[in-house]
Amino acid sequence: MSNAPAGILYSKSHEWARLEGDQAVIGITAFAQESLGDITYVELPQAGDTLAADKEFGSVESVKAASDLISPVDGEVLEVNTALEDAPEKCNSDPYGEGWLVRVKLSGKPEGLMDAAAYEAFCATEAH
Amino acid sequence: MSELRTPLTAWHEAHGAKMAPFAGWLMPIQYEGILIEHQHTRQHAGLFDICHMGEFRIEGPGADAALSRAVSHNLATLAPGRCRYGFLLNAEGGVLDDCIVYRFGPDAFMIVVNAACAAGDFAALRERLPQGVALTDLSAATAKIDLQGPESVDVLEALLKENFHDLPYFGFRETSFDGSSLLVSRTGYTGELGFELYLPWDRAEAFWTALLKDERVKPVGLGARDTLRLEAGLPLYGHDLDDKHSPAEAGMGRMLTSTADYVGKEGAQRVREMLVALRIEGRRAARHGDVLALPGGPEVGRVTSGSFAPSLGCVIAFAWVDAAQAGHEDFVVRTARSELAARRVELPFYKDGTARKKLQ
Repeated sequence: MSNAPAGILYSKSHEWARLEGDQAVIGITAFAQESLGDITYVELPQAGDTLAADKEFGSVESVKAASDLISPVDGEVLEVNTALEDAPEKCNSDPYGEGWLVRVKLSGKPEGLMDAAAYEAFCATEAH
Repeated sequence: MSELRTPLTAWHEAHGAKMAPFAGWLMPIQYEGILIEHQHTRQHAGLFDICHMGEFRIEGPGADAALSRAVSHNLATLAPGRCRYGFLLNAEGGVLDDCIVYRFGPDAFMIVVNAACAAGDFAALRERLPQGVALTDLSAATAKIDLQGPESVDVLEALLKENFHDLPYFGFRETSFDGSSLLVSRTGYTGELGFELYLPWDRAEAFWTALLKDERVKPVGLGARDTLRLEAGLPLYGHDLDDKHSPAEAGMGRMLTSTADYVGKEGAQRVREMLVALRIEGRRAARHGDVLALPGGPEVGRVTSGSFAPSLGCVIAFAWVDAAQAGHEDFVVRTARSELAARRVELPFYKDGTARKKLQ
């Protein structure tokens, strides 16, 4: 079972958001990368694009599957992790660190997200 | 419905494999990860649980002539100790299954079939073979373990204390493992030098764990089996072969050299669509079911298999294409998420495989 770090927020679609003032860094969780397996491609938005909570903002592909990325927050993309173009495996090896996806300027207060304990409990119900 | 379990399913579960249903069986998809397992097989030796596949024995007076009429394999040129790839066809020449026929003697054979097709294959063969020819389903008693990779021959020799350098590609020999019968076949589904190994069901775990004691060997799941076979340009039944398409459409018309009057012979050369091999630059995969089209033009086919190719660093795919359009070089694949430029290439995709390597 994956250990969700404390101090960041989690969505039911297995993305995380680390709030830093009026900005947030977004990524996929360890549970998500474990479910997908080896990640081979990450499609990200561009700086300046607008993200809406619960809406698709990109996709991630593994050897076996493809999955939409769902934004946990509303905001405008400030920066994308371009290192993932050539090294998407960082999402597997370090999903909460070097495997981050985008940094956004928040346009509203995040809602409906879980803390680490709640997310762990949620994952336990999804695992089989 | 609960899935069937191989004699190794408990081992896989105990060793952290991701398990999933495949052809009615609960099978390991991956252990450490598809990419690691794929590369390990290309560089060293991978061990695969293939116990789900079916094995039938065919023997008795007239077996040679009868089997020659039941399957596409040219048995006239198949010597004892050799095996050959071919097809079980329906009356129209569509592929009911792809299978390997092993010859043990003048009228003694084994045929190895896909798990998902095994019941239908058995019924078709029973109907085509006369009563005097015995058809026996060995599947429930026979474990199949594949050892594949450039170091596989050294691993096998070290364990069995026996030379296998003399076994040619598509040759096989009966030997023993710890007092039990073991059939060693120099065949496989990865494009690498390797062996398909058949032994009694209840000895599978002992053999499996004995092979894994060699540090050159890692267990490999069906995930990497799929990327390995696709890179090697080997079709997967149910994706790249099916009963609606002939062997000729899959590019295998020329291997149909049997002069016997086998079921489906005429239709086997019929061509309406062609299976084409495609290379797609970048990392975004085409997948089974995606639409194939001409650039800026109409739909001309469908992707049957597609994946990121770990040994090539690009995406590769098979697709059925309208035969009139199969001569084109450039296509596009319309996925759910984007349109990908695809170029037709020659098989195999991965050309450095060691499968056919001469060992002496």
